[in-house]
Amino acid sequence: MTATTSARRKPSLYAGERRLALLMLAPSAILLLVFLLVPFFMAFGLSLTNQRLISPNPTEIIGLANYRELLDLRFIPLEPRLDPETQQPLRDAQGDLVYPAVREVLRANPETRFFRELTQLELFGTRYLVAASDATFWRALFNTFTFALIVVPLQTSFALVLAMLVNQKLPWMNFFRTVYFSPVVTTMAIVSVLWFFMYNPDFGLINSLLSLVGLGPYRWLEDPRSALFAIIILSIWQGVGFQMVIFLAGLQEIPQELYEAAQIDGAGRWRQFLNVTLPSLRNTTIFVVISTTILAFKLFVQVDVMTFGTGGPFDSTVTTILHLVNQGYRQQRVGYASAISVIFVVIVLAISIFQRRVLTNQEN
Amino acid sequence: MSSISQTVGAEERHAALLRKRLHRLRRAIFLTLNYGFMLFLVGFFIFPVVIMIVSSFKPERLVASDMRTIYAFIPREATLENYSCPDYQSPDTKCVDGAGGVFERLPMPRLFFNSVFVTSSIVLLGLFVNSMAAYALARLRLPYRNVILTVVILLIIVPFEAVAVPLLLLVNGLPWIDGTMGWLNSYHVQIFPFAADAFSIFLFYQFFLNIPRDFDEAARVDGAGGFLIYRRIIVPLSRPVFATVAILQFLAHWGSFLWPLMTTRGFDFTTLPVAMNVFFGQAPRQWGDVMAFATLATVPVLIIFLLFQRWFVQSVSASGVKG
Repeated sequence: MTATTSARRKPSLYAGERRLALLMLAPSAILLLVFLLVPFFMAFGLSLTNQRLISPNPTEIIGLANYRELLDLRFIPLEPRLDPETQQPLRDAQGDLVYPAVREVLRANPETRFFRELTQLELFGTRYLVAASDATFWRALFNTFTFALIVVPLQTSFALVLAMLVNQKLPWMNFFRTVYFSPVVTTMAIVSVLWFFMYNPDFGLINSLLSLVGLGPYRWLEDPRSALFAIIILSIWQGVGFQMVIFLAGLQEIPQELYEAAQIDGAGRWRQFLNVTLPSLRNTTIFVVISTTILAFKLFVQVDVMTFGTGGPFDSTVTTILHLVNQGYRQQRVGYASAISVIFVVIVLAISIFQRRVLTNQEN
Repeated sequence: MSSISQTVGAEERHAALLRKRLHRLRRAIFLTLNYGFMLFLVGFFIFPVVIMIVSSFKPERLVASDMRTIYAFIPREATLENYSCPDYQSPDTKCVDGAGGVFERLPMPRLFFNSVFVTSSIVLLGLFVNSMAAYALARLRLPYRNVILTVVILLIIVPFEAVAVPLLLLVNGLPWIDGTMGWLNSYHVQIFPFAADAFSIFLFYQFFLNIPRDFDEAARVDGAGGFLIYRRIIVPLSRPVFATVAILQFLAHWGSFLWPLMTTRGFDFTTLPVAMNVFFGQAPRQWGDVMAFATLATVPVLIIFLLFQRWFVQSVSASGVKG
């Protein structure tokens, strides 16, 4: 108290402290401003231009054209082909209706000339062609959401199981904790190459191990049905130890008395888990789920290394960030990639706000 | 009478013994299953690394073909030629694959230096600037303190991937102290964008807030100024949080891939992860050499982790507290 009142009488002392505070804040503030805030706002501005990394032509403001190219998605109803004589719908050998070729339909309309097919679906008896001007972007969004929807619940629950295992009061638990955590200190680009080697369909170790239990062989990264799944396994292998340690810290904070009280009430292990462990870990779980989701949305290194930057086969592993890097860096379309950045930020923010709302309301 | 009670007593004792045995048996089954499952998981987490190390010591012709047999896990005909084979061009060389090892095919010492130099610069510079900023925020009279604090917390959420492309354009137009324009293909382009880190500031800030004010007051009475208090009192008291931030920043940047991929060319300034990607893409792919490279890049970090694993685990758990 005396220190503050005496300081108030001498405003010069305050001024000195303020100056020092600003001086000590300055290095970080300048670095964060130049290397994070400025490029963050640049992304919004650049997304309205046709800026390229290196270009002889001056940059032009093109309004929302980048966003239109990114997001333009059409549902085009397909008319079955008619028999020119009878005017009845044509049917093929299996008795199915015959539809015109996708390319023909897209080229018929000058607006969709350069669109690519995403998928076809049947709605209320009409067949629709879903086509997008940047079909790879929509595939990337789809793959990123799929990846997150599989990895987040799987990795979170796996991490919790691991944490509960190594939290047992038994010998050797330190050893197991160390081993389970060790992939976290490996480098993603390096272990991606290692897993690429193990996923080899002809001589890979994964197929030989699976053949021991009568499964396979699979063409992991070469098959569009399994490629993303292969990347999911590697991602969980490398990342789960991190979340395990966070859960472990949460578990160790649960007071032992809670378990003792539950035991007196006759609760078995399973009821103790449901009624003591899970509720006590609520905050930890919220943190783990949100941070794992954001990490999942940033998926890039594994895919870039294992598919040589293509996101193949047939766009089955392309992700939002891979598309961003391919457009902005490899194709040098800075303006277009900035539009992807903006959409990416919006999605990540929306999801973390949404998750926080849902997860914090659940208990109330 | 007594004989009956004796038999009852014996039966009870017998039942108790049985119960005890049953309990022991259940315990034994539980422990076996428990440790069996945990050992299975050990296998899951280490088999890729074992395969990597074992394969790196095999001659090229065995690397792939051994994968179908138990030899996948056993080095046979062990050789160092994937690592180094200085005389691979001479006619009487003992090496079989004919291209030399990674030390002949890549500038390995330079790549190691690049990775170590870039990562440790980010970590050390970061400890310095972030702890100072946090000190100003937590313990000094700072104008607009709450506004600045809110901005720092908001910045934690901004993903680097979202700013990478505009940042690339930005650094391409920045001047450097030697008068040249453009930061591409250098060390500084890999260091300065990451030195200041909002999450590190936040961790320091939380720790500094909890140091009792009495320490500063005592020093202030002795005539020490704000910076001296930071250096002489706060920093020595905050070793755990310095270790935490250092380890988290190390983990975040040692494996950094996207940014060095975009900003470096060739091997002069590039780090191990990007070099791995380039080397892996080169034809013809020699899996033995690739595994030797992977081993060299992975094993030193694993050893550091094993030596300081308690610190690593503590740092990671500290990163989760903010939830």
